[in-house]
Amino acid sequence: MNMPPLIPPFDFQTHVLGPWSSPEIAAGTFWTMATCSLVAICCGLLGCFLIVQGLALIGDAISHTVLLGIVVAFLLTGQFSGMAMLIGAGLTGIVTALLIEFIHRSSRIKQDAAIGIVFTSLFALGVILLNTMASHQHIDADCVLFGDLEFAMFDTTKIFGVAIPRSAVQLTLVTAVVASVIALFYKELLVSAFDPQLAAVLGLKPRLVRYGLMGLLSLAVVSSFQAVGAILVVAMMIAPPATAYLLTDRLPKMLLLTVVAGVISAIVGVHVAFWLNAATAGAMVCVACGLFTLAFLFSPRHGLAVGALRRFRRDDPPLADELSVSA
Amino acid sequence: MIPQGEQGSADEGRPNLPDSSLGADRPLPLSVRSLTVSYDRKAVLWNVDLDVFAGRIVGVVGPNGAGKTTLIKAIMGLLPLQSGTILINGKPLKKQPGAIGYVPQRESVDWDFPVTVHDVVMMGTYGTLGLFRRPGRKQREICRRSLDQVHMSSYAHRQISNLSGGQQQRVFLARALAQEADLYLMDEPFAGVDAATEAAIIELLRTQRDTGRTILVIHHDLQSVADYFDDVLLLNRHVVAYGPVGDVFTVENLRTTYGGKLAVLPEHANGET
Ligand SMILES: Nc1ncnc2c1ncn2[C@@H]1O[C@H](COP(=O)(O)OP(=O)(O)OP(=O)(O)O)[C@@H](O)[C@H]1O
Ligand SMILES: [Mg+2]
Repeated sequence: MNMPPLIPPFDFQTHVLGPWSSPEIAAGTFWTMATCSLVAICCGLLGCFLIVQGLALIGDAISHTVLLGIVVAFLLTGQFSGMAMLIGAGLTGIVTALLIEFIHRSSRIKQDAAIGIVFTSLFALGVILLNTMASHQHIDADCVLFGDLEFAMFDTTKIFGVAIPRSAVQLTLVTAVVASVIALFYKELLVSAFDPQLAAVLGLKPRLVRYGLMGLLSLAVVSSFQAVGAILVVAMMIAPPATAYLLTDRLPKMLLLTVVAGVISAIVGVHVAFWLNAATAGAMVCVACGLFTLAFLFSPRHGLAVGALRRFRRDDPPLADELSVSA
Repeated sequence: MIPQGEQGSADEGRPNLPDSSLGADRPLPLSVRSLTVSYDRKAVLWNVDLDVFAGRIVGVVGPNGAGKTTLIKAIMGLLPLQSGTILINGKPLKKQPGAIGYVPQRESVDWDFPVTVHDVVMMGTYGTLGLFRRPGRKQREICRRSLDQVHMSSYAHRQISNLSGGQQQRVFLARALAQEADLYLMDEPFAGVDAATEAAIIELLRTQRDTGRTILVIHHDLQSVADYFDDVLLLNRHVVAYGPVGDVFTVENLRTTYGGKLAVLPEHANGET
């Protein structure tokens, strides 16, 4: 057989140090990594609030329907970037959430079916508008799904004399906004997610919080997808938060672990992509899912393997306070 | 807001209490006027009038589907009203967030949510905190005291799924206490708790009542109604009867409420001959 091996042999020198070998290559590697990390952080932080409410599918929906907002913004302003696109995307996210809720509330259709209908029809509308009215060299439906990291890395702007990819700049801003909103409105987000009825009684405006979350999510998506595509956005919205969810029992820790898992996925993913000569986004998703698998098996509290071990041992003493009888 | 004159509204929604002078100077904790609520155009609650006086434990009793949960949700502003007004301490709830302490049915939240017992109780204090403010020492103190009152202090740092049903109920109770509200609404707080916990909860409710708080409890066990409550509201789509337990909790009223479906009559119901 003279087929090349499926997996090229791993060589520390070329595959780990290689991406950092010269200043230009190192800058490229750094910005790729930074962009992917920022995507993972802003999507992951928002994803945490989705998965604790069982709303991961809404994230999936919004990451596709923003296409419609982008196209409509382009038809109105003639631009595929900047403020108009952000506003267009933000509004579509909110419209998506509103439509899903409207269908689900005013008929017997369950939420999952409502999500499926709204998501596919708005995305299809976006694709049709794009094909028929808004042809543009850098945006097509493929690019929305898979992104174009190479192109994004060359599309730079100079800040203090340093060439920085535009998408990295935009993602830094959006991540900063996401992080500050979560810090400032943490209690509103927490109570609305855990017990919307209590949130309403306490005057914490759970519906406003929900639509705010969807709007922010759309901002994160639209800033991410040009570089990395909607598929990676969805993965980063769900896999790192799900990993973190298995590792902790408190929301603040979950947010922190999500950031850690996301950044590890980005850093390792970029190197794996270099090693296998594969798409960075794909490699990153694989690493994120690898981390999830590890947590799924070996999480100290919820892990499959740990649970099996505990059942096998059987000599686990019960927790001290389980023995004390309560009043 | 039209002041409801004492003489003008001697209607069936107002029980004649021995100490009704108490409520004369202060606005009533809860006052409901001609409330109608419907889902999908079908009226579930019909023309409900209800005045609840301060410092009472009020039982809400009625068959399944009578609209008890609906009434509580409407009072909390969670449902659109078809008609009628609801005043809490003489004002609409919107103007005083957190004025109602709320104990939901246990199934209403996801117990796998990544929060500890302490986190959940802390949520009770958020209503009075205001925008951008984080809970501080005062809120932690309230939280500690509330957990103490329901004997759950040793569980403070447990994740909430690692609790028994009765313990979960007590967490909700502590959270309501942490709200430091004047009016409490509880949806079947005794469902699925053992006799000891039930006794502890009712004891706690009594101490709260004695400090002037008002508590509305949805309850299914007719045997304990006379023992637990000061007033009772018999509800079946409309108010069948409302007043002090001694006057209202009669076999005849119960028959009307349950429409003959009442298999076992409570021992303590009045009017047996
Ligand atoms: N979301 C809803 N949509 C439509 N109808 C509803 C809804 N919730 C309740 N209902 C109907 O309203 C009526 C009253 O319901 P409610 O939950 O208030 O009863 P309940 O007195 O609390 O009963 P239970 O003792 O079983 O808890 C029922 O007939 C129910 O079918
Ligand atoms: Mg009910």
